[in-house]
Amino acid sequence: MSDLPKSDEYFSQIDHKPPKLTGWMDTPINIRKGMYCYASNPKSVETLGLPYARPWNPLEDDWQLPENWQQIIHEGLKERLERFRSFKIFMDICVRCGACADKCHFFLGTGDPKNMPVLRAELLRSVYRNDFTAAGKILAKAGFGKQIGARPMTLDVLKEWWYYFFQCTECRRCSVFCPYGIDTAEITIIGRELLNLLGLNIDWIATPVANCYRTGNHLGIQPHAFKDMLEFFVDDIEEITGVRVDPQFNKKGADILFITPSGDVFADPGTYTCMGYMILFHFLKEKYGFDVTWSTYASEGGNFGFFTSHETMKRLNAKMYLEAKRLGVKWILGGECGHMWRVINQYMDTMNGPADFLEEPVSPITGTKFENAKSTKMVHIAEFTADLIKHGKLDLDVRRNDHLKVTFHDSCNPARGMGLLDEPRYVIKNVCNHFYEMPANTIREQTFCCGSGAGLNAGEDMELRMAGGLPRANAVKHVHKKHGVNMLACVCAIDRAVLPALMEYWVPEVDVTGLHELVANALILPGENDRETDLRGEPLPGTEDDTNE
Amino acid sequence: MNVNYLFSLVAVLLLFALAYLGVKVPGGQLLFGIIIPYVAFIAFLAGFFNRVMGWGRSAVPFRIPTTCGQQMSLPWIKQNKIDNPTTTWGVIARMFFEIVTFRSLFRNTRAAKKDGDRLQYKLEIFLWIGALAFHYTFLTVLIRHLRFFTEPVPGFVQMIERVDAFFQFGLPVVYLSGIVLLAAVLYLFLRRIFIPNVKYISLASDYFPLFLIGGIALTGIMMRYFTKVDITAAKELTMGLVTFHPTIPEGVGSIFYVHLFFVSVLLAYFPFSKLMHLGGVFLSPTRNLPTDTRARRHVNPWNYPVKVHTYEAYEDEFREKMIEAGLPVDKQPEPQAPEEKE
Repeated sequence: MSDLPKSDEYFSQIDHKPPKLTGWMDTPINIRKGMYCYASNPKSVETLGLPYARPWNPLEDDWQLPENWQQIIHEGLKERLERFRSFKIFMDICVRCGACADKCHFFLGTGDPKNMPVLRAELLRSVYRNDFTAAGKILAKAGFGKQIGARPMTLDVLKEWWYYFFQCTECRRCSVFCPYGIDTAEITIIGRELLNLLGLNIDWIATPVANCYRTGNHLGIQPHAFKDMLEFFVDDIEEITGVRVDPQFNKKGADILFITPSGDVFADPGTYTCMGYMILFHFLKEKYGFDVTWSTYASEGGNFGFFTSHETMKRLNAKMYLEAKRLGVKWILGGECGHMWRVINQYMDTMNGPADFLEEPVSPITGTKFENAKSTKMVHIAEFTADLIKHGKLDLDVRRNDHLKVTFHDSCNPARGMGLLDEPRYVIKNVCNHFYEMPANTIREQTFCCGSGAGLNAGEDMELRMAGGLPRANAVKHVHKKHGVNMLACVCAIDRAVLPALMEYWVPEVDVTGLHELVANALILPGENDRETDLRGEPLPGTEDDTNE
Repeated sequence: MNVNYLFSLVAVLLLFALAYLGVKVPGGQLLFGIIIPYVAFIAFLAGFFNRVMGWGRSAVPFRIPTTCGQQMSLPWIKQNKIDNPTTTWGVIARMFFEIVTFRSLFRNTRAAKKDGDRLQYKLEIFLWIGALAFHYTFLTVLIRHLRFFTEPVPGFVQMIERVDAFFQFGLPVVYLSGIVLLAAVLYLFLRRIFIPNVKYISLASDYFPLFLIGGIALTGIMMRYFTKVDITAAKELTMGLVTFHPTIPEGVGSIFYVHLFFVSVLLAYFPFSKLMHLGGVFLSPTRNLPTDTRARRHVNPWNYPVKVHTYEAYEDEFREKMIEAGLPVDKQPEPQAPEEKE
C-alpha cells in the first residue's frame, strides 16, 4: 500500500471521462502493476488436473499458450452458448444504453472505460459477434467489423480478457440496473472459464482452490492444525469470559454440521467472529442441549471454484453434502460468508443435491421451520440467530456494545443473490444500541462491493482493490462523519479479510466486524465472569475506570 | 474519431436514395411496393422465430435471478414478493413491471464526484422517460397503422387514434405519437453523442436503428402533413398486401415507397440485431425465474459427475495427524507390527 498516493490525492485524480481520440477497440492493452494478480502457480493447477499447468508471466509478451489456443476458445465458447441460455441471451440483446456504466465500483474507482460493465462484456461479445452471428460474419468480411463491434480473437484480445475479467468481482450490481437483467458476473464467470481452458488463472484463486480440494479449506490448514486453531480461541474465550467452551469436531451423530469460511479461523478480525460462533454454540449447548459439530474435511464455506469454472465449483461444493451424510447430521448451518451463500443458494442443490439424507431444517430451540431452506437443508446463521432473538432465547447485555457505532455492509452475493437483507439488520439492532444505515443508494441490493471479492484479495493488486472499494469506503466515510460510526459490520469473510485494509486507506477511524462478534459481545454465558473487555480485549464501556485503578 | 454514427447516417441516406430513385425506374414500384415488403416480412418472422428458438435450445442449468429485495425467510420478516419472487405470480408481476414500465431502468442513478471527497448518486430518470416515450409512441403508431391493414377498422384502433389526436390542432389533425416518437429518437441519439461514456460504447449498430426509425417517422410525418399522400391509393396497396392480392395503384408518391422501404429494412434487420431485446427481455434468466432455489430442487439437464476429493482420501492422507490430535477417524491404522512380540 506504500506505493499508493494518499487517498485524497488518489480520489482527485480519478477521471470518469473516456479518452476522446481512440475508440475502445483501438486502445491497446496495458497490463499495469498494482492492477493485476500474479499468474497461477503451475503446481496448484496441476493438483486440480486443470489444463496447461505451466509457469507464465502476464507482463511478458509470450504467454506460453498451446498452439491451437484460438480453436480451444472458439469451441469453449460454442459449448457454453449451448449450455447457458443466460450467456447466449446476454450476448445478443444488450442495446448499450449505458445504464450500467457508472454502477460498477471498479469503473467508479478507476475511471477506466473498460471497467464499464457494458464494455467489459463487449470484450467478449465482440468475438462472439465475429465468430457466431450471421451479421458479424458478413460485415466483418466486408471490412466493417469494427463498426458493429466485431473483431477476431487475437492475443491482444485474450490479454484484455484476462486483465479485465480479473478486474471484476462478479458482484452483479450492474445487473440490478439493466433493463434486461444482463448479468456481467455471468459473462465474467464464463470468460474466466474460457481462460481456464488455457491455464490462465490468477494465483490467488488457483492456489486456494487447490488447497480447498486437498485439505478442505483455502489456507491449506491440515486437520490437526484446524483443531489447534480453534483451541487457541477456546483459551482466549476463557480469558475474557471465564468460561471454557468445548467445540466438537467431525462428530458422528451430531444434530447439526456447521460450516464457515476458513478465513474466520485464520485472520483478524474474522477470528473474533469465529469466537462469536463458538460462544453462541456453547451458550446454546448449555441452555438447550444444542449439538453442533465442526468438520475438518468440509472446513471451508467459501468456494473459490466459483471463480474458476462451474465444474471446479461443483467439485469443491460436493464436500458439504458428503460430510453431512458421513456424519449423519440432521441439517447444515452455514456461517457468515458472501459468495459461499451465492453458491449454496443458487447452485448447490442443482449440482450436488438432492440432499434427501438430511431433514428439513427446524431450529431445535425455537421449533421454527426454515421453509426457505427446505430443499438445500442449509440455514444461514443470520436467519438462525435472528429467529433465536425473536423468540427471546438469548440472554443479551446490549450495553456491552455501547462503545460501537455500527453500520452494516450488505455483502454483494447474499444481498443480490439471495436477498438476505433484514435478518442481519434485525440481529445488529438487537445486540447494539447504535446502528446507522449508509445512504440508500449504497446498501441492500444497491450495495457496493468491497472491491476485493471473486479472488482479487491479493497483496499485489492493492491499487485495484483500493480503487474498487472506493464507493463502499466513501459511503462509510459519509456515516462516519455524520454519525461518528466506528464499526463496519458485515456477513462475509472476504469482507472481513479485505475491508480493514480498505478502511485504513480511505476511512482509518473505522474497524470491521462480523455479525456474531457483536452477538457474542452481548451474549451472557451461564457462569461467566463480569466481563471487562470485549472479544478484542478492548475495555468495555463503564469498566475503564476499574481497570485503570 | 468516432465515425460510427456517420457510417449509419450515410447508410440510411443511401437507403433513402435507393428507394426514392428506385421506384422511378420500370418495375421499381413492383419491387419496392410488393416484393421487398413480402421478403422483409418473411425474414422478420423466420429470423425472429429462429432467434428465439436458438435461445430456447440453450439450457437453463442454474437459477440465477438477481434479487432486488428481501428474501422469503422467517415468517415475521416481510418478503419483497415482486423483486424477490418465490411464486409464479410473483415472477409474472416482476416481468410485467419490467416489460411494461421498465422498472429496472427506473432505478437508474448517475454517479458524480462532489466536494473533493464525495461520490454522489442522483436519480437519473431521463433515460427511463426517453425509453418509455420511444417505445410507447412507437406502439401507438404501430396500432394506428392497423387502419391501413383492416377493413372495417376495428374500434380500438379508432379509439387510439382519438386519444392520439386529443389536442385537435392542425389539419389534418396532428397525432402526438409521431411527434413524440421523433423527439424521443432525437433524444436517444443526442445522448449517444453528448454523454461521453455512452458515445464511447456506441456502435454503428446502435445508431443505425435510430436513424432508420427516425427516417420512418419523418417520412410518415411528411406524407401526412406535407406531401399529402393519396391515402386511398396507399390503403389499396397495403390491403392488397395483407389479402395476398397485391396491386400497385396509381399515384402513390415516392415518399410512400421510401417509408415502406424503411419499414421493410427495419423488419428484415430486426432479427439480426440488438432489436431482438424485444424477444430476449422475456427470456432473461436473471429476471424470469423464481428465487426459490433453497426451497425447491431444480435440475440441470447437463449435470455430470465430477472428480471430488473424498473423505476417505482425505483421511488416508492425514490419519496419523488426526489420531494424534484426538480427532475421530473412520478407519484405525493397521495394528503395529505384531512381529515385535515375537
